[in-house]
Amino acid sequence: MKILVCISHVPDTTSKINFIENNTKFDTNGVQFVINPYDEFCLTRAMWFKEKQGASVTVVNVGGVETEPTLRKTLAIGADNAIRVNITPTDGLQVAKELAEVVRKGGYDLVLAGKESADYNGQMVPGMLATLIDFNFINGCVGLDIEGTAISASREIDGGNEIVSSSFPMVIAGQKGIVEEKDLRIPNMRGIMMARKKPLEVVEAITTDAATNVQSFEKPAPRESVKLVAADNVDELINLLHTEAKVI
Amino acid sequence: MSVLVFADSSEGKFKKTAFEVVSYGKKVAEQLGTTIVVLTINATDSSELHAYGAEKIITVSNESLGTFNAKQYASIVTEVAKQHTATVVVLDSSIDGLYLAPIVAVNLEAGYASNTVSLPSSTSPFTVKRKAFSNKAFSDTVIATETKVIGLAKNSFGIHENTTTGSSEVFEPTIIELGVLSEKVERVTGTVTIADADVVVSAGRGLKGPENWGMIEELASVLGAATACSKPVSDLGWRPHSEHVGQTGKPVASNLYIAIGISGAIQHLAGVNASKVKVVVNTDPEAPFFKAADYGIVGDAFEVVPKLIEKLKAFKQV
Repeated sequence: MKILVCISHVPDTTSKINFIENNTKFDTNGVQFVINPYDEFCLTRAMWFKEKQGASVTVVNVGGVETEPTLRKTLAIGADNAIRVNITPTDGLQVAKELAEVVRKGGYDLVLAGKESADYNGQMVPGMLATLIDFNFINGCVGLDIEGTAISASREIDGGNEIVSSSFPMVIAGQKGIVEEKDLRIPNMRGIMMARKKPLEVVEAITTDAATNVQSFEKPAPRESVKLVAADNVDELINLLHTEAKVI
Repeated sequence: MSVLVFADSSEGKFKKTAFEVVSYGKKVAEQLGTTIVVLTINATDSSELHAYGAEKIITVSNESLGTFNAKQYASIVTEVAKQHTATVVVLDSSIDGLYLAPIVAVNLEAGYASNTVSLPSSTSPFTVKRKAFSNKAFSDTVIATETKVIGLAKNSFGIHENTTTGSSEVFEPTIIELGVLSEKVERVTGTVTIADADVVVSAGRGLKGPENWGMIEELASVLGAATACSKPVSDLGWRPHSEHVGQTGKPVASNLYIAIGISGAIQHLAGVNASKVKVVVNTDPEAPFFKAADYGIVGDAFEVVPKLIEKLKAFKQV
């Protein structure tokens, strides 16, 4: 089984979000970048396939050279090799088109990607990719088993789960549940040393037109400070929620 | 030219988001000087959508479409969009909507703006405001393609009555070969889902143990609310993972979010701050959640919650 895991390089959740150049660019100054948490669940699931079912695991990122430390980290966790498509993408469709090219050339059976990235939260790349390359597609996957060529998965639906069956070739958009938080791996020293020697191939982008582009960013208006109500006066809270906030 | 809205239903009944996307689509159609076409699949009574501005309603009814399949549903949305030369396609941000939208966008060679929270500020270039960075920012995004797909963020536009007379026609879709087959649907019935709830009552480690959740469930029941929990609580196994809300859990965009004994870690806030009104009950006045909340009570949940239940019961009876 040849697996490709798509990796986004995103600001750590605790990062301060600021914008520069007249609010047109995200300010990366002082921001710590990490493996997109949703992708990390998928990477860990891929490692299990590698260890228990003899799969090969390639990781890919569509981005500039600054994303390479994140790719190296995925190699330290255990991926076999990495690909970086050298373009700073403008939108999700562009990313999907670059990934489609990588999948076509690499002949992967299974593509794993987080259901969203923690920066732009677009939730579109896996579905676009699957449609572009005509792979089967399961979104919001919270459980995945593969026996031979039979794929069984669980996906989140409103108020529960749906068990689905499918076959290769397949794109899975995963989230917590495909593995649990406790299953995530921290690279050890040996992994880090080995990662230095693993191949990280830089490929040129096919470069397509973006379908959408961001004109500017803004931050939400600062919120009013909290209205405190005394603990022995819940009537006041109910009154505020009814007459002021109008939510009950 | 038209604006096409897909009004999603479950077991024949429209979801609340269906009324919201129709309300939104009607306004977009007005801005573009065109008509709104609404697609429904296996809905029992599509005519209720006229109340929110639906002009032309396309109904599909087919037993084989009883269970949602993204590829099949996307194919139907695509067929209807082409037939009605839709320039804008509006979908909701439910789990189904998010599954469909990227497929529809590629099918129609359309740009897709997910997490949209506003009407177009301009129709040429076509510009909408979207949420980004886990609700910590917005972006003004231009969709440059001829056809545009909009994923409307839940509870961002609201439901607006706009009674319209209109027509209805039946559409026979092409049934395609499915790549993903549904084997079993496991759904908890009889409770409000977090996705559909107007009010969510959520509790954290401050509750001290799973045995203390009775009062949280009772408070939720008084308010007709869904119950939720923080990540540590689901990690400890006090509550099922399906109740975990926050960054890696379920997103919440309810009208009212009540957080009890939750300190408000950044990852938690990232998942819930799309809720309109937030209420916090916590013993620690320094809990970070107080900085993100609208109303707060510094106090012990074990004293405050029972009082709240009692007073709310009285309030509901008035």
